[in-house]
Amino acid sequence: MGNSVAAKKTTSTAETPDPYEVGPLGLFQLVDETGTETAAVPELPEGLAVRLLEAMLFQRALDQRMLNLQRQGRIGFYGTAKGQEGAVLGSGAAFEEQDWCYPALREGAIALWRGMKLDHYIAQCFGNAADPTHGRQMPCHYSDAPSRYVSLSSPIGTQISHAAGAARAIQIKGDKDKIVGGWMGDGATSSNDFHAGMNFAAVWKAPIVYICQNNQWAISVPAAAQTASETFAIKAEAYGMPGMRVDGNDVLACYVATKLAADRARRGEGPTFIEMLTFRLGGHSSSDDPTKYRDESIAKQWEQRDPLDRHRTWLVGKGMWTDKMQDDFLAEAGTAISEAITRVEAAPPVETETLFSDVWADVPAMLRDQQDRYTNEETV
Amino acid sequence: MPQMTMLDALNDALHIAMEKDDDVVMLGEDIGKKGGVFGTTAGLHEKFGEMRVMDTPLSECGIIGTAVGMAIYGLRPVPEIQFQDFIFPGFDQIVSEMAKMRYRSGGHFTCPMVVRTPSGGGIRGGHYHSQSGEAYFAHTPGLRVVMPSTPREAKGLMLSAIFCDDPVIFLEPKALYRHGKEEVEEGFFTIDMDKARIAREGKDVTVVTWGAMTPICQDAATEVAEKGIDVEIVDMRSMLPWDAETVLDSVRKTGRCIAVQEAPRTCSFASEIAATVAEKAVDSLEAPVGRVSGFDTPFPYALEHVYKPDKKRVTNAIEYVASYE
Ligand SMILES: Cc1ncc(C[n+]2csc(CCOP(=O)(O)OP(=O)(O)O)c2C)c(N)n1
Ligand SMILES: [Mg+2]
Repeated sequence: MGNSVAAKKTTSTAETPDPYEVGPLGLFQLVDETGTETAAVPELPEGLAVRLLEAMLFQRALDQRMLNLQRQGRIGFYGTAKGQEGAVLGSGAAFEEQDWCYPALREGAIALWRGMKLDHYIAQCFGNAADPTHGRQMPCHYSDAPSRYVSLSSPIGTQISHAAGAARAIQIKGDKDKIVGGWMGDGATSSNDFHAGMNFAAVWKAPIVYICQNNQWAISVPAAAQTASETFAIKAEAYGMPGMRVDGNDVLACYVATKLAADRARRGEGPTFIEMLTFRLGGHSSSDDPTKYRDESIAKQWEQRDPLDRHRTWLVGKGMWTDKMQDDFLAEAGTAISEAITRVEAAPPVETETLFSDVWADVPAMLRDQQDRYTNEETV
Repeated sequence: MPQMTMLDALNDALHIAMEKDDDVVMLGEDIGKKGGVFGTTAGLHEKFGEMRVMDTPLSECGIIGTAVGMAIYGLRPVPEIQFQDFIFPGFDQIVSEMAKMRYRSGGHFTCPMVVRTPSGGGIRGGHYHSQSGEAYFAHTPGLRVVMPSTPREAKGLMLSAIFCDDPVIFLEPKALYRHGKEEVEEGFFTIDMDKARIAREGKDVTVVTWGAMTPICQDAATEVAEKGIDVEIVDMRSMLPWDAETVLDSVRKTGRCIAVQEAPRTCSFASEIAATVAEKAVDSLEAPVGRVSGFDTPFPYALEHVYKPDKKRVTNAIEYVASYE
């Protein structure tokens, strides 16, 4: 990053704390909401800090465009990650290419980070012939086999036990280089599958990192009505795995904590559960009006802790980012998104055939008969 | 009489039930301040407070399981499952506990409760906001499985369900929530869950249906009437127990029958109707009993319009059985 900017004094001399020691009742943070280091940021892989900002900016821009498409009636539904980009990308970036991801509903940016094609992301939302999953699911239910980003289903929490099973499979197969990331919301911690997945993962000492994005809301239900535990992270201890609690709007803290947990899992030392404390700045989805149930002045306060602003300020302070770079990046991102939307929207609707395929490995005679009757407009 | 949508009518029924009996309580996800994702429980939380209208943690197992405990204790809980598609984490509680409590305890403990849940397609919700799972529940002795087809029906059946001593799965056809208005009596009234309703009288073909398929069948009946086919529509109201007599009486009159449903075909409630008609009214039948249904596939997002039976598929089926020689 050659552009030199007058560096603000943002470097901290305070030693980097160990998020395992900060523990499930503390809050691991490296950079505060003013962009100032509260503890020394450990050395990061070359270029990562800038890539993280770019990915967050990109996701914010993409979410806004997709939400606009929904408002314009061009796609049917959309849910943004607005305000949570730091937790999403900071955790997602800590996994390796060969690892497996079991996402919840706001991790689409991780699929893109791992190489899912932008056109496929957008096409999933249009649900037309450009969508490799054939428009079978509602928007935001991405599935991308090349990046090992496993198909999301709507029923909350189900992926938590899948993730434990995948991690066990890694042990069974002896695939020592691989681990699993399992994401969930705060609401999902109340699900049956949370208990099953956490318990199994801990009993098996499975190579997995669970990430709970505590955005403080499950639609209209606040986190305090979701659990009587002091934090979500503390739940981990009862299952016999360590819990960390991280400032979810500090993308670097999210990355560093997840990386430590990932390294530990890769060494065969077992699972970790990480609560990332963040805030859902928007509605639950395009169908939700949060003014009905929450005081929007709290959302305003959380806007001041925006993960994008914080990280940008830090990068600018380090001389790694400039306003010009930001403008150029956003202009390029806007063009890339627009072009992708144009390409995808031009695709035809999905073929009727796709209703009947993939239910089973082969279409059985009984279903082929139903399809033929439909095609031939035969009745009963 | 006020004009109401089905949402208005259900909301009215819930208000009336809570006013009438302090033992009626509600629990579910987002039913409090938000008033439910469809607004069905709007105003209840303000009016009756959080001891009687409870936003719960995100666990259908917890919602139904704790409601079972409340019901055994003596309350009349009305848990909401946000979408029928999300009921399955609570399925064990429904099938193993709620449905069997009376039987296994020799009638000493009972579950007078109503699990309300929006069901069926119509909102482009893909697999998990669209399914019609009535057959899963209708396969479970001890449950009642009810689905209304108009605003007035919804109110009367809901009030019956809440004050009934059996556990009820009350499937709300979400496609009809705002489908249209109907005059609905003010105040408390009930509709007998055990009696199917003749939604249209006719002499040529019996169309058996329920829930959101009812208005589609009515449209189809209007269309074929122009071609001289006089359709009788039986709106089942309840799928367990179910009123075979009304169906059989109609088929004995018309000699021809189709069952129309949104759910997948195999092992469905339409199959039960076809089997019973074939068994008990074979002497009156002049044509094979037909089924119009969803396909044996998951409920799709983009191809919802292909999956869901529409007026054309129903019309074709009526014409087929009507002209069968
Ligand atoms: C089993 C189940 N019950 C209910 C729902 C409806 N629902 C969709 S998202 C949601 C809240 C999820 O909250 P959380 O886990 O905190 O994730 P967030 O949306 O905040 O990211 C609910 C209740 C569902 N999808 N699945
Ligand atoms: Mg949440």
